[in-house]
Amino acid sequence: MIALLTRDLRLAVRAGGGFGLGLAFFLIVTVLVPFGVGPQTDLLTRIAPGILWIGALLACLLSLDRIFALDWEDGSLDLLATAPLPMEGIVSVKALAHWITTGLPLVLAAPALGVLLNLAGPGYLWLFVSLALGTPALSVIGTFGAALTVGLKRGGLLMSLLVLPLYVPTLIFGAEVARRGAEGLAVQTPLLMLAGISFGVAALLPFASAAVLRINLR
Amino acid sequence: MELTASDLTVARGGVPVLDGVSFALAPGRALVLRGPNGAGKTTLLRTVAGLQPALAGEVSGAGERITYAGHADGLKSMLSVGENLHFWARVFGTEGIGTALSAFNLETLEDRLAGTLSAGQKRRLGLARLMVTGRPVWVLDEPTVSLDTASVALFAEAVRAHLGQGGSALMATHIDLGIPEADDFDVTPYRAQPRAALQDEAFL
Repeated sequence: MIALLTRDLRLAVRAGGGFGLGLAFFLIVTVLVPFGVGPQTDLLTRIAPGILWIGALLACLLSLDRIFALDWEDGSLDLLATAPLPMEGIVSVKALAHWITTGLPLVLAAPALGVLLNLAGPGYLWLFVSLALGTPALSVIGTFGAALTVGLKRGGLLMSLLVLPLYVPTLIFGAEVARRGAEGLAVQTPLLMLAGISFGVAALLPFASAAVLRINLR
Repeated sequence: MELTASDLTVARGGVPVLDGVSFALAPGRALVLRGPNGAGKTTLLRTVAGLQPALAGEVSGAGERITYAGHADGLKSMLSVGENLHFWARVFGTEGIGTALSAFNLETLEDRLAGTLSAGQKRRLGLARLMVTGRPVWVLDEPTVSLDTASVALFAEAVRAHLGQGGSALMATHIDLGIPEADDFDVTPYRAQPRAALQDEAFL
């Protein structure tokens, strides 16, 4: 398991691995929004939590189809399936590797990008907390989508269509935490819901991902 | 422990391709599947490897004892030869890649990125992976594709060494490897008759 994780991380940082792609996309999206909205700082302050969350979500989506597609193309997925690792473990490790290479940089960069959107003072902490709690759910749900579409040529678009609706609850509660935090309101309820979603999908979805992956390998 | 298949029916894309296949593979022996293209050799191997379920019949003695090598080598082009082998050794919980490297004459290439290897060198690396898994049953699908004569000899030697240690090998190949421990198994007589009734078209 650790071998698989270190291999995936090593591949991600080598040329063509796509490390930093999501981060760069996130940066560009959040830089473009003020240009599109115009120099209205109070409006930007109001929409900042939502924009940052949507930006992070789209950046996450961008690299999902790499999770299994590359391993499927070169045949290593077949070999991993016959290796002594349980399939549930493989998909969990893949989701973790995706989070470390995509989600974690987003979480760390988001407060810095909040400045560009004139995020309100208390919002920085809660934006960080909500993304740290919510992005693992995005990776796990995305791994499920990637497992569903593995083996399809040009399956990326279909995967986006499958995954985006599943992202809705995470987005609602994640952005709500950031918004309430920025406005100085109580964040407990959406924060607990967000944590519940993350832990719930991390516990249950790997079984579904492993099942669809087994079917897709046939 | 023997690898046995009894009355196995395998399907590709829901259509049965081989029907009623039975064989037994004892330790120290190799079984070479023969048959024309499209006969169902790959499907049979994937079923034995547990990558797809059999329509009927059963395989015993496979599961955690086999290692599979298909048409694709499963190499990461951005990892070096040594890193690729170390990864599989760690996944299978074995130590040391030295014997695998020397058996396939890859020592001088250990630090090269796998993506820069030639097709034959990649194949040799893919076959060297079998040795680091430490599994007793090798299930090989056309292992000699893109290998030159010298490499085929290296491969045959590696298989014989593996058989000598009590391992066994089940492979599909079109060439003669010159392995005395190998028996031929022609899959042609087991080709499934087209059975339209098996498909429940009424529900489609």
